[in-house]
Amino acid sequence: MDSFFLYAALAICLISVLSLYRAIVGPTILDRIIGVNALGTKTTVLLIIIGVLFGRVDMFVDISLAYALLNFMTVLASARYFHKKKGLHGESLIQK
Amino acid sequence: MIRKKTPSQPQAERSESGNGSRLVPFVVTFAVMMTTWVALSGKLDVFHLSLGVLSCLIVSFISSDLLITATSFKGMAGLWFRFIIYMPWLIKEIVLANIHLLKLVFHPRLHEKINPQLIEFRSRMKDEMGLVTFANSITLTPGTITVSLSVYGDYVVHAIDDASAEPLPGEMETRIATVFGETHG
Amino acid sequence: MTIVCILLITAGIFFFFAGAVGVIRFPDFYSRLHPAGMIDSMGLLLSMSGLALYVLSHGGLTGANILTAIKIILIVIFVYITSPTATHAIVDAGIRAGLAPWTKKIKEKSDDDPH
Repeated sequence: MDSFFLYAALAICLISVLSLYRAIVGPTILDRIIGVNALGTKTTVLLIIIGVLFGRVDMFVDISLAYALLNFMTVLASARYFHKKKGLHGESLIQK
Repeated sequence: MIRKKTPSQPQAERSESGNGSRLVPFVVTFAVMMTTWVALSGKLDVFHLSLGVLSCLIVSFISSDLLITATSFKGMAGLWFRFIIYMPWLIKEIVLANIHLLKLVFHPRLHEKINPQLIEFRSRMKDEMGLVTFANSITLTPGTITVSLSVYGDYVVHAIDDASAEPLPGEMETRIATVFGETHG
Repeated sequence: MTIVCILLITAGIFFFFAGAVGVIRFPDFYSRLHPAGMIDSMGLLLSMSGLALYVLSHGGLTGANILTAIKIILIVIFVYITSPTATHAIVDAGIRAGLAPWTKKIKEKSDDDPH
């Protein structure tokens, strides 16, 4: 059972790389926010799996909850910040 | 997001206008907060419980008019009960739409298959909580995202393809109108 | 019970994979939000219920384990409340910035100026 969780954690890490691709390449800033948001959702599950592997789920579940909160706040704050900002279309900020 | 009252609304004025209308949201918010505190801390001794009561009192004093807008307990139990009845239907709908979107994601000719579009419609519901619940339910169902919502019930929804856009105001609105006690809809 | 846990977690990881693939494949960011927000939430729901079942079935029904399972369910409820709000915040930012949605007829991202 432990090896199953190990492989599950490994799979989630590999899938996170796919989300990271969107966060790095994404043409607009909002694409990057989406990528980071998807990454945070996967990390929430990953933290619980790490807790199961270490046998300390009771401790890691709190970290996971805090991470979910933080993820939500990050998305909300950055979406508000880029409300009327330039650079959303991927163009250079200096020319305009 | 539509909110009934902004947090900067002067609270002294409202508490003068009627003590009863202020008390009910306070009690409900305190109960919700305290339940969450006990579930999260898991300690039931006097020290931790008194800390919880203190912080929940402060939080519900500041922000009790944000979440709960009802002014009396009358009808609240029925509302929550009908809302819980509504949940399984929503979950079923979410799962079905998820499977639909899953097929779309792995479709080899994705760009011919999808047809993103913005659609507008107007809901006949009056209750603001109902409008917000409807907007959140639309967003939770994969394939449709609420873009904007006005106070009068004008929705702008981004749908990923025709199959997601077609049944939109439909059954979900009727069910939510039933939950919030509005017969038409 | 262990098999049910394994099935749930595998299904959750599959949903995560579908969400990541969708985020990469869809043409513009409005349509990317659909897999990013919703399929990922579904994957979270499935894998978290698998993990909660595992905690309950392998640790025994003690008070601490039940509390842990309740907390895991609380995370799922929290994500399902906040995920529409986050999605709406991103869509709102895009609309206010003047990004036009990708449509089938035009086949190009229109570059009208942000107001």
